[in-house]
Amino acid sequence: MNKEYSILIGGEAGQGSRKAGFIIAKLFSEYGYRIFIYDDYQSLIKGGHNFSNIRASKEKILSHKGKNDFLLALDERTMTEHKKDLDKNGVMIYDSGKYFLNLKNKRGIPAQKIVRELGGIPIMKNIAIIAGFAKTVGIKWQVLEKVLKEEIKRSQDLNLKIAKTIFDEIQSDFKIEKLKQKTLPLISGNEAVALGAVQAGLNLYIAYPMTPASGVLHYLAKNKDSLGVNVVHLENEIAVANAAIGAVCSGARTMVGTSGGGFALMTEALSLAAQNESALVIVESQRMSPASGVPTYTAQGDLLFTLFAGHGDILKFVIAPGDAEEAFLWSGEILNLSWKYQTPSILLIDKEISESTFSFDKTVLNKVKRTEPTMWDKQQGEYKRYTITKNGISPIAFMGEKDAVVKINSYEHDEFGITIDDIDGIKKMQDKRLRKFEGMKKEVEKLNAVNVFGNKNSKKAIIVWGSTKGPAKEVAEKLGVKMIQPVIIQPFPEKQMKEVLKGVKKLILFETNATGQMEKVLNSYGIKVDKKVLKYDARPFLPEEIERGIK
Amino acid sequence: MKLDTNCENTWCPGCGNFGILNVFKKAVLELEKKGVKRNKIAIVSGIGCSSKIVDYLNLNSFCSLHGRPIASAQGIKLGNPELKVIVFMGDGGCYNEGIAHLIHAAKRNTDITVLVHNNRNFALTTGQFTATSPKGFKGASAPQGSVEEPFNPLKLMLASNASFIARGYSAREDHLKNLIVKAVEHSGFSFIDILQPCITFFNTYGLYNERVYEMESSQLDTKNKIMQKIEEWEYEDNGSKIPIGIFYKQKKPVFETELYKKSENHKLKKVEDLI
Repeated sequence: MNKEYSILIGGEAGQGSRKAGFIIAKLFSEYGYRIFIYDDYQSLIKGGHNFSNIRASKEKILSHKGKNDFLLALDERTMTEHKKDLDKNGVMIYDSGKYFLNLKNKRGIPAQKIVRELGGIPIMKNIAIIAGFAKTVGIKWQVLEKVLKEEIKRSQDLNLKIAKTIFDEIQSDFKIEKLKQKTLPLISGNEAVALGAVQAGLNLYIAYPMTPASGVLHYLAKNKDSLGVNVVHLENEIAVANAAIGAVCSGARTMVGTSGGGFALMTEALSLAAQNESALVIVESQRMSPASGVPTYTAQGDLLFTLFAGHGDILKFVIAPGDAEEAFLWSGEILNLSWKYQTPSILLIDKEISESTFSFDKTVLNKVKRTEPTMWDKQQGEYKRYTITKNGISPIAFMGEKDAVVKINSYEHDEFGITIDDIDGIKKMQDKRLRKFEGMKKEVEKLNAVNVFGNKNSKKAIIVWGSTKGPAKEVAEKLGVKMIQPVIIQPFPEKQMKEVLKGVKKLILFETNATGQMEKVLNSYGIKVDKKVLKYDARPFLPEEIERGIK
Repeated sequence: MKLDTNCENTWCPGCGNFGILNVFKKAVLELEKKGVKRNKIAIVSGIGCSSKIVDYLNLNSFCSLHGRPIASAQGIKLGNPELKVIVFMGDGGCYNEGIAHLIHAAKRNTDITVLVHNNRNFALTTGQFTATSPKGFKGASAPQGSVEEPFNPLKLMLASNASFIARGYSAREDHLKNLIVKAVEHSGFSFIDILQPCITFFNTYGLYNERVYEMESSQLDTKNKIMQKIEEWEYEDNGSKIPIGIFYKQKKPVFETELYKKSENHKLKKVEDLI
C-alpha cells in the first residue's frame, strides 16, 4: 500500500470524535508517520456534527485532503454526509450493531453491542471504533494499548477491555508499513504559540476566552506551574490589553491572545502601547467573517485590520507564521523583537494553525532564546523613561527599581514622561519613535522574513501567507513551481521580496478571504499579482484546490 | 528627593484637586514613616483634570487611557506584586467609561487603591453630566438638564464585594489623609469616593461645607446599618446630609496572592519536556 493515508472520523459533539482522531493520529505517529489533523467542529457542546481529518504521510505534510482512505463513523450522519469524501477504494468503518450499510468496501464493528455487553457508556463507542480500525489496518495491539493508556485516563481498564474484545474479534485486511523514521511529538498551533513564548521568557499570559485563540490560554493555565508562567483571565479584552501594558511596565514579559472581535477591543490599547513604548504582544487568531462571524472556522480576513489597527502614527510588528513550528519560532521571536524596540506586536494566525495538530520537529527549540532589551544603567544619571537617543530606543527601568522614577505616559510627553503640548517637544518625541521604526525596518531585512519553497528557479510563482502555506508548499514542491511566503508583514520586507521575485513572470496569489487583502498589501509596495484565487467558505485550501488554481 | 516635579500646574485656581494633591503628598510621607519605600509606590491615572496629578508628583506613574487606569493598575500589580499601586480617576472615567474594570477589580479583591476625584461632571471636556451628576444637571450635552438620575457608587461597590469602601471630601484634608493612608495599608481592594468641587462647572463647596459630616464608622456593624448609611445621600441635591468616612472594611483573601499560589508538589520543567 501507499505510504500515505487519509482518515476521516466523525460524530456528534460529545461522542469524542476529536479525541478519537487524535488517538488514531498517534497510532500512525508511533509507526513513524508525519501527521496533520484538521478538526472541523461547530459552535455547540452536544449534538450537531464534528469531524477530524487525519493525514499520515512519510513526508512532512501541513494540510488535509478531500478524499479519504478510511471513514470512521460514530453516527449515521457521518456515514451519509461523508460518503462522498471516501476514495473510490476507501473503506467505511462503522457500527454494524446499529446500522446497516449498503457499500462494497466496509468494515462493520459491533461497537454498541460490545460496549453494552461490557457495561460501558455510549462515549466508549469511539474506543471500539478505534480498536476495530486499528485491527483492520494491522496495527499491533501493543501499540494501540500504549497509546490508549497515554490518552485515556478515565475508566482506563474498561476502555482497554472494550478495545481488546473488539481487537480480537476483527480481522486484519491491511498491513500498515512501519516507517524507519523516529516518532515526532504531536502538538497544536496554539500549544506551539504558548511554548515558543515560554521559551523566550514569557512571565505572564493574560486573556479573555475567544475561539480559536482560547487554546493558548487553556494550555498555559493547565501547565503554568510547570512552565513558571502566571496566567490571568480578566473581565474583557480591553482590561486584558491594558493590564498587559501595565505588567510590561513593572517588568513582566507578557502576552495576550484573542480573535478578531476581541482584537477590535484591544486596538485602543495597541495605540497606547505604541505611544508609551511598551512591548504589548497580541496573538490574533483569525476566524471567519466580520463581527461574531463563524466562530469555529478559519479565515485570513483580519490582515488589513491588524496592519492598520491603532490610532495615530504607529508602527508595529505583524508576523504571520504558517504552521506549528513557525508559530513556535515566531512566538518567541516576536517577544524578543517587541521588547527590543519597546513597541506593540501582533502574531497573526488563524483557526487552521491554532487548532490543527502537527508533527513537531523539536530542533526548532534551539532557535528560540530570550534576548534582553536595552536596560537602564544607573551610571547614566537621573532616569528618564523616554530619553532621546540616536536609534530612538530609550533604556528601560521598571517601576519599583531603586533610584529610578519611572513615568509612563499616554499623552505626548517629554523625556521624563511629563505631559507636553509644545511644538518642539512633540516633534522631537515623534522623531524619536520614527527612528525606532527605521531600526525595525532594517531589523526585518536581517531576519528570515520571507520563505521560499518549491522550485526556486521557476518563472511561475505562487504567493501565500499564514496557514495557506500548508497546502501551497505541498503543491509547489509537487509541481515544481516557486512558492513565496512573506512571514513578517509589518514592517514589510521590501528588499527580501524584491529579491525573491526576481525572474518571476507569473505570480498567483492564494488567500482565504473575500477581498484579496494580501494583494492590496503587495500592490502598495508595487508588486502586482497576475491572478488571485480567494476562498471564503471558512475552510482552508486543500492541496487539490491550489493545484487547480495554478493550472 | 522632592515629591513635586517641575511641571506647571494647570488646574483652575480653587479647584478641589489641589486639596487631593496636598493630602496625598502628606499621605506618602506618612506611609514612608510606616516603612513603605517611595520607589515601591506606583500611581496610575487616566484622562481628565484628576489625571494631571501624576505629572505633579515625582513618583513612578502611569498615565493610562480614559477609563482604563484600573486595568493598567492591576497589570502593574500583577507584574510586580511588591508595588503599592494607587489609582487616581475622575468620576467620568471610573463610573462611565471604565465601570466594568471598577466592578471586577472590587469583585476579585485585587490589591490596589482607587481614589475617585468625584467632581460629578466631565470637567476637562467642559462640563457634561456623568453617572453621579444630579438629575437636571445643565451641561453642554444636556443644556435643558440631564434627565438621568445619578447612581450611588458606594452601593455599587458594596454589591461588588469591595473590601474597603469609603468617602472623603477634598476640603477635609486631615480626614482625607487618614482615609488614604488606611486605604493604601488595607490589603485587598480599597475604594474612596472623594467629593471634589469643580469650581468652574459645578461649584459644590457651599453645599458640601454645609452638609458633609464625619460619621462614626464603629457603629456600622451590620449590613443593614451600612446600607442605610450609604443611602443617606443618593448623590441628588435634595438637602440630605452627606456622611464621610469608612463605610465598610473586611479582611478577605487577596487576588494576587491567591492567583500566584503554586500547586503542591509542582515541578518546574523545561519547554522540551512538555513536547
